[in-house]
Amino acid sequence: MTEDQIKSVVFHLLKTIAPDTDPAQLKPGDNIRQKLSIDSFDYLQFIVGLDKELSIQTPEEDYGKIGTLKELVEYVFSRKEAAG
Amino acid sequence: MIPYQMPSLGADMESGFLREWKVRPGDTVKRGDIIAEVETQKGIIDIEVFDDGIVGQLLIKVDDKVPVGTLMTHILTKEEAAAGIKPEIPASPQVAPMVSPPPSVRHVKASPLARKVAEEKGIDLVSVRGTGPDGAITREDVERAAYKTSPAERSVSENVRMAVAAAMSKSNREIPHYYLATAVDMTKSLTWMAEANKKLPLLERLLPVVLLLKAVALACWEVPDLNAWWENGLVSKDHVNLGFVVSLRSGGLMVPSINDADQKSLSQLMASLNDVIPRARAMKLKSSELVQTTLTVTSLGEGAVESVYGVIYPPQVALLGFGGIHEAPWAENGRLDVRKVMTITLAADHRATDGQTGNRFLLAINKNLQQPEKL
Amino acid sequence: MTRLTYREALKQGLREALQSSDKVFLLGEDVGRYGGSFAVSKGLLQEFGPERIMDVPLSESGFTGAGIGAALAGMRPIVEIMTVNFSLLAMDQIVNNAATLLHMSGGQLNVPLVIRMSCGIGRQLAAQHSHSWEPLFAHIPGLKVVSAGTHEDARKMIIAALLDPNPVVLFEYTAMMNMEADMEDPLPAVDLSKAKVRKSGKDLSLITYGSGVYKCLDAAGELAKEGKEIEVLDLRSLRPIDTEAIVASVRKTHRALLVEDAWQSVSISSEVSARIMENCFYELDAPVQRLNGLEVPMPYPKHLEDAAIIQPSQIVSKARQMFG
Repeated sequence: MTEDQIKSVVFHLLKTIAPDTDPAQLKPGDNIRQKLSIDSFDYLQFIVGLDKELSIQTPEEDYGKIGTLKELVEYVFSRKEAAG
Repeated sequence: MIPYQMPSLGADMESGFLREWKVRPGDTVKRGDIIAEVETQKGIIDIEVFDDGIVGQLLIKVDDKVPVGTLMTHILTKEEAAAGIKPEIPASPQVAPMVSPPPSVRHVKASPLARKVAEEKGIDLVSVRGTGPDGAITREDVERAAYKTSPAERSVSENVRMAVAAAMSKSNREIPHYYLATAVDMTKSLTWMAEANKKLPLLERLLPVVLLLKAVALACWEVPDLNAWWENGLVSKDHVNLGFVVSLRSGGLMVPSINDADQKSLSQLMASLNDVIPRARAMKLKSSELVQTTLTVTSLGEGAVESVYGVIYPPQVALLGFGGIHEAPWAENGRLDVRKVMTITLAADHRATDGQTGNRFLLAINKNLQQPEKL
Repeated sequence: MTRLTYREALKQGLREALQSSDKVFLLGEDVGRYGGSFAVSKGLLQEFGPERIMDVPLSESGFTGAGIGAALAGMRPIVEIMTVNFSLLAMDQIVNNAATLLHMSGGQLNVPLVIRMSCGIGRQLAAQHSHSWEPLFAHIPGLKVVSAGTHEDARKMIIAALLDPNPVVLFEYTAMMNMEADMEDPLPAVDLSKAKVRKSGKDLSLITYGSGVYKCLDAAGELAKEGKEIEVLDLRSLRPIDTEAIVASVRKTHRALLVEDAWQSVSISSEVSARIMENCFYELDAPVQRLNGLEVPMPYPKHLEDAAIIQPSQIVSKARQMFG
C-alpha cells in the first residue's frame, strides 16, 4: 500500500466525519483534530473506520501517536508491517 | 379513545410543521412507534405514540403549522375501531401534557404593533434586536426576525442557532444561576478505563465521557434535588435522563437525552452515545430523546480548555460542565505529584437549590470518579 | 390656476356666501367702512351695502347675541369676532345660547349661525393678542368647530358653514393672511365633517390643523429628501373630530406626530392621542408624540415668539427621533 493510497483512505474518512472541511489541504505537520475541529467522539469513529478500511488494529494507548498527518501515515505503515 | 396531541419537544417549542404522517387510519400502533415527522427549529423530529391501539382519523394536513397541544388524531381500541366510532373533534386546541408557558415578553421594550406581529408570526421578542427609539423593537425588527425564522427562508443551522438563542435567552432572563467548581483527579478513572479498553474490541471502547455520565447519574441518587425541573416549584424526577450536549459542525447544539443513564452499564452508555450522537448531528432524533431531559451535561473533551460555566436549559435546574483533562501538579497527603486533572463546574438554579446542595453533588461525583470499578 | 393670498381667498369666500342668499349678512367690528381689521372685507360694503355689511359697537357679547337672534329669526348671519382673543367676551352667548338652544327648545329652535374669528399669533402682538384657543371651542357640544389651514379651505369653508343648520365656529389665521398659494379655479365644495390628507405617505402621520398644516407640509418635504414618505393629515374639523381618518392614517403609517400651536395640556392633540390609543393601539410602532406651543404667555420679542410656537425644523427633528 502506498502513501498516496493511505492518504486517500484517510481523506475519505475525514470527509465523511467533517463534510464541511477539505482534508486534502492538510499539511503533513498539521494536527488533524485541531485543524478540522474533530471531537473525541468523531475521532473514535475515524479510528474505527481506519481500522476497518486498512485492516489494522489501533490500541487506545497509540491514539497519542497519530496527531498529525505525517505521524498517521507513518503509524499506518508500521501497523501494516506488524500485521505482516 | 385517547386523543393524540402535538407534543411539546422542548420548553421553547410553540408549534411545529407536520411534514409526514408515518401511519394511516386503521393502522395498529404500539407505544413508542413513530407516528409522524414534525419539523421544528431543531430539525425534523420523529414523534412517537404514547399508547397502544388503532390510529383514528388523521386530523392534520401535511405541511400545516401545528401549535403544541393541537389534537392530531385519536388512538382507538379494537372495539372502537370496529364500531367505526368517529370521535368528536373539539373546536379549540386542548392542552398538551407538556406545554410550557409562552415565553415571557414583559420586560421587552416593543411597540404594540411589534408585539401583535410577533404574536401572529410566533416570534419570541426576546430574540429580536430593537432598532426603534430607545432601542424599542419595531414591526420592521420583528419582520426581519420572522423572515429569518420562517423555516423555508432559513438554513437548518440558522434554525438551530435561533432555537439555542431563544432557550438560552429565556434561561438567562429567568434563572438566577449560581456556580460551583472543583478540580478532580482523573488518574484513577483513566487508568481503569485504559485497562478496560484493552479487553474491548475497538467498536466498544469507552470514552472518558461515559464514566463522567455514569458518575453524574449515580450522584443524582444521592442529591435528587438537582435532577429536577422548576415548574413554579421544585419537581424532582424519578428517572435520570441526562441531556448530552452535542455541538454541530455547522454551529449550534443538539441535546439528546440519554434516558435512564443511572440504570445503564458503561458499555450500554457508550452504545447509547454511538447511537445518538450521529443522529443528533444529522438532526434525526426521536421526540422521546428531546423532551424528557432532567439534567444536562456538557463535556468539552480532551485538549479543551479547563472549565466551562454553562447556562441551564429550562425547565431543568442544573447543568454540569466538564473541562478538558490536563496534566497538572496535585498535592495529596503532603506530597506533590503530577496527575490527570479535570475541572467540574456546576451551574444551578438558585430558586430551586442553594450552594450546599451543589456542593454535595460535586463531592458525590468526585467520589464516584475515584471508584471507577463501581461505575 | 389662480395665485392669491389667504386674505383674498377669505374675501372671495365671503363674497360667494353673500351672493348665495339675501339672508346672508356680515356683522362685526370694523368690517364695513374700515374694511375689516385684516382687510378681509375690504370693498364688500360698497358691493353689498350697509344692511349686509354691518359695523357694530365694540361689544362682543352684544353683537354675537344679535347674530344669534337674527339666526333664530330666519336670517343667515356671519358674525366676525375680530380675533379669538376677544371671543371670551362672547363666550356666554356662544356656549349658553348658540350651542344650547336646540337642546333647550327640545329641537324647535336651531341657530344657523357662522362665527368667524382670526386666531393664533399675529406677529408680535404679545400675550393678550396671540391666543390659539381652538381647544376651548372644540370642547363644547352643540358647536361645530372648523379650522381653515389652507387657502382652499379659507376660500370654501364659509359657504359650507352657512349650509349647516347649527352654529359653526370657523377659525382663520392672522399670521397666514399674506401667504400666497395657487388654487384651482373653480374650486370644488368642501365637506366640513371630514379631515383631509394633504400629502400621502407611508412612514409617519403628521396630524395637524390650522397654522400647523403648511408647517407640516414643509417638514414633510424636508424629510422626503431623507427618503421618508410622510403623510400630512389636516383635521379641518375640530368638533367633531374625524376619528376614522386618523385611524386610517395611523393604520397605514403606524407612527403619529401631532402638531399644533395651541398649548399642549388638554388640547386637540390630547384628544387625538387618546383616540389613537383607544382605536388603534395595536397599530402603533412607536409612542404617539406631540409638538405644541410652549405653555407660556406669548412673548413679545420676535425671537421669543418664534421659540414659543412650532417651527418646521422641530417637526423634522422630532420625526427623525421617532424613526429611532
